[in-house]
Amino acid sequence: MTSEIDFTELGVFLFFFALVTIMGFVAAKWRRPKTLARLDEWGLGGRQFGTWITWFLVGGDFYTAYTVIAVPALVYSVGAYGFFALPYTIIVYPFVFAVMPKLWRVAKDDGSITAADVVRSRYGSRALESAVAVTGVVATMPYIALQLIGMTAAIAALGIHGDLPLIGAFVILALYTYSSGLRAPALIAFVKDAMIYVAVIAAVALIPGKLGGYAAVFDAADQAFKAKGSGGILLAPNQVVAYATLALGSALAAFMYPHTLTGVFASRSGHTIRKNAVLLPAYTLMLGLLALLGYMAHAAHLKPANNNDVVPDLFQALFPNWFAGFAFAAIAIGALVPAAVMSIGSANLFTRNFWKAYVNPAIDPAGEATVAKITSLVVKLGALLVILYLPTQFALDLQLLGGLWILQTLPAVVFGLFTRWFTAPALLAGWAVGLCGGTYLAWSDGLRPLHALTFGSVSFTAYVGIIALIANIVVAAAVNLAVASPHRVEGAEV
Amino acid sequence: MIHHRLWLLLLPCFGLLIVPLYNFHDPVLFGFPFFYWYQFAWVPVTAFLTWIAYRSYPDDE
Repeated sequence: MTSEIDFTELGVFLFFFALVTIMGFVAAKWRRPKTLARLDEWGLGGRQFGTWITWFLVGGDFYTAYTVIAVPALVYSVGAYGFFALPYTIIVYPFVFAVMPKLWRVAKDDGSITAADVVRSRYGSRALESAVAVTGVVATMPYIALQLIGMTAAIAALGIHGDLPLIGAFVILALYTYSSGLRAPALIAFVKDAMIYVAVIAAVALIPGKLGGYAAVFDAADQAFKAKGSGGILLAPNQVVAYATLALGSALAAFMYPHTLTGVFASRSGHTIRKNAVLLPAYTLMLGLLALLGYMAHAAHLKPANNNDVVPDLFQALFPNWFAGFAFAAIAIGALVPAAVMSIGSANLFTRNFWKAYVNPAIDPAGEATVAKITSLVVKLGALLVILYLPTQFALDLQLLGGLWILQTLPAVVFGLFTRWFTAPALLAGWAVGLCGGTYLAWSDGLRPLHALTFGSVSFTAYVGIIALIANIVVAAAVNLAVASPHRVEGAEV
Repeated sequence: MIHHRLWLLLLPCFGLLIVPLYNFHDPVLFGFPFFYWYQFAWVPVTAFLTWIAYRSYPDDE
């Protein structure tokens, strides 16, 4: 990795960064509401985003900068196993299609802004509401921190080191999120996504040509894994179940996070969401192609100092400086959109399900917006401090656990949309067992996402999140049967 | 009662989660081993199936 600063590269980078900064501040005037001093205006953009805005916003916030850096890095280091991101981001859309329009409808009808709001209005349980809200905030914090890792990789690739650029970028982000709310990332997402598409399409179209074609790329990767003695371009037999359960677990967890749900709640209708489930796989195609950059790094004989440098090094080595600068800007801006939406989603949870619930129940809509704006600043500051002062591994470990935790809110958030059978105490018990049991399993395995299971003579490794979710649902069903009251009202399905 | 074609959306889940269906190298297409192009192929197929399901819902906008 060169550490000299190239001014063409830096100039292109700064130009695009300045462009989105201006857009972030102008966004407050975009589709101008009567007032931004309402939480559903600041935090949900007025619940009026149509098909295209939702497509860019959800795409921009689900396929994060960290994804762009980490997926090729994982494929580079382990091969086929890292490709689980592809089936994961395919089967997530049938789930979105079947579930999210119903969730949107319920949220719209009772004025819910967060998943925890929906849970409270369905079950009338403060305890279950708090469980969902706390899980959401805790799972999202490390996710924001990871966006900073993505941004750091892009800035370091420019040859700029030190923490100041990162702090500067984050302060700017914090300020325009504060003033414009969800409208800022929604507007910036147009630029970010267009840039990422251009960078990825150029990479997958041009790089294999320079390296002798896709067959040569796969061969080079195969040779490299054989030489290394681990990994491979196909799954080892003991990775098959792990691959499938990671894909399924990640897909079920993806739209339980506050940032993805914020994108869902901000859309105009259930119809908009269904249409997006048809259109969003375009991003999945891009992600799959991007993952192949991990193999291209083998074919180009790169020796990145750190796996996270795979993508920056590849662009640096194979493209002219101006285009490398463009690609690094795309990654850095790619961190801003999800970081903004994540902080907004967390702020919405804090405001609605903690502040309004326990501190000031009489708060008016303008007060809610103020609390949320300040919370979004605090959340981002927290993520920045984690990255600056704690080991990176801490954020990575927490992110892994976060995925496992957020998955445990699925029964509480989703089951109520389809059946009235489950009760709040049962769901709460299931949540607690899934969360604690899953954390214990991951912890006892040295914070690894996979756990070895043995049934008689059959043994396999599976994603801990799925194991915990099964325990969660079994416990919820068992508690429900145990405390079942014959007088419970069987309500109609929505 | 409109007949919703939601069941179509189970197909990608079966096709992708039953990993032994596609964990092999041949046939190769455009340099891509089967493992890769099979999974890539599910992207447009899933979008198409979702579109058919989408058309079975009324526009509630």
